Amino acid sequence: MPLPRLIPCLDVAGGRVVKGVRFEELRDVGDPVELGAAYSDAGADELVFLDISATLESRAAAVQVAARVAEQVTIPFTFGGGIRSVDDACAVLEAGADKVSVNSAALARPELIEEIASALGSQAVVVAIDTENGRVRSHAATRDAARDTIAWAQECEARGAGELLVTSIDRDGTRNGYDLELLALLQAAVALPVIASGGAGNAAHVAAALGVADAALLASILHEQPSRLTSLRQELRDLGVPLRDAA
Amino acid sequence: MNVAICAYGAGNVRSVQLAFGRLGATAEIAEEAGAVRDADLAVLPGVGSAASAMAGLRSRGLDIALRERAAAGRPILGICLGLQLALDESEEDGGVAGLGLAPGRAVRLRDGRVPRIGWAPLEPGGETFWFAHSYAAETPAATATSEGLTAIVEHGSFTGVQFHPEKSGPAGARFLTRCLSRV
Repeated sequence: MPLPRLIPCLDVAGGRVVKGVRFEELRDVGDPVELGAAYSDAGADELVFLDISATLESRAAAVQVAARVAEQVTIPFTFGGGIRSVDDACAVLEAGADKVSVNSAALARPELIEEIASALGSQAVVVAIDTENGRVRSHAATRDAARDTIAWAQECEARGAGELLVTSIDRDGTRNGYDLELLALLQAAVALPVIASGGAGNAAHVAAALGVADAALLASILHEQPSRLTSLRQELRDLGVPLRDAA
Repeated sequence: MNVAICAYGAGNVRSVQLAFGRLGATAEIAEEAGAVRDADLAVLPGVGSAASAMAGLRSRGLDIALRERAAAGRPILGICLGLQLALDESEEDGGVAGLGLAPGRAVRLRDGRVPRIGWAPLEPGGETFWFAHSYAAETPAATATSEGLTAIVEHGSFTGVQFHPEKSGPAGARFLTRCLSRV
């Protein structure tokens, strides 16, 4: 197995990194290229940029962001949010992204996974799954997608997904730890790499997740502070987690 | 130094172009056989599936240009799918004939998580690079491995890497610098 991965997640709207619990309370916390490069320097293994507004104007801005990130950042990055077609996916990959993440659009039309995998390869397709009590949620977790999480994960794999980014909605932002039980079930149910998301409060939580997942998505635990990633990496090493030498 | 990056409708050519540009090389995206033939170094990148990639190379005459370069002993660097396409064949898509720039075949990964995605060290050397692949080369021309899988292939003037140097941070830049210094 490759080394465990730490993946900072940056929420983007209108070409800026934003933070906010509610959509109306979005706060500008910086430039995606500057923050992305700083996380890369701090030892991030990959980056995820999530366009949380996903409006038409914002999607054009997202391709610009991907192009600017590719100029400055020399580690892999994923772009998600508003990817609804193969053309959307191609645009961000041509700009220099390595993968796209799809969520609600794949739930609405699962063939999208096959279409992107066929055009760009499975390794370029991350399916983001928001889950609560074993059920899939869609549209930024506001709706019940009427699907069982494990069954949807297996369908994603069968349709050619390359990775699953699994966010436990009931854990998200709680800082009480990842849903290890669900992650273990998923690891057994699919052969794809699984990226754990939701609930990280400390290094021990991340270490535990990396025992049952291939990568950990890091959001609120970092507080938009790249220096926190540096200290977290050291804490994880002290806990015996093998991380790459990023120098 | 003039680098031609083969563009054939498959692959993250911009990242490769940016990586060479950071090292001071003039890297151009080449869709024509002439540009691929004449460059100091030709790079065959690639993501996606073997069958559509080979079709894209053939329709532009790049397959012939690359074979001519190899026959003339002029350097070629294949990256990821670009390495797999350079072999005799791939078992992807029900079996695809490759360019035959290096002996061997690309076979589906059977162990561990597939696709194999992430950072892993090379043996020998120990430097860590980023991989994202579902197939790997079985070849007598392997000169480095990663977790037992072929990571670098060297055969005549062809060098192929299963990892993505353009996405492997400082280690990737060092690798590409070595490639350029040998041209």
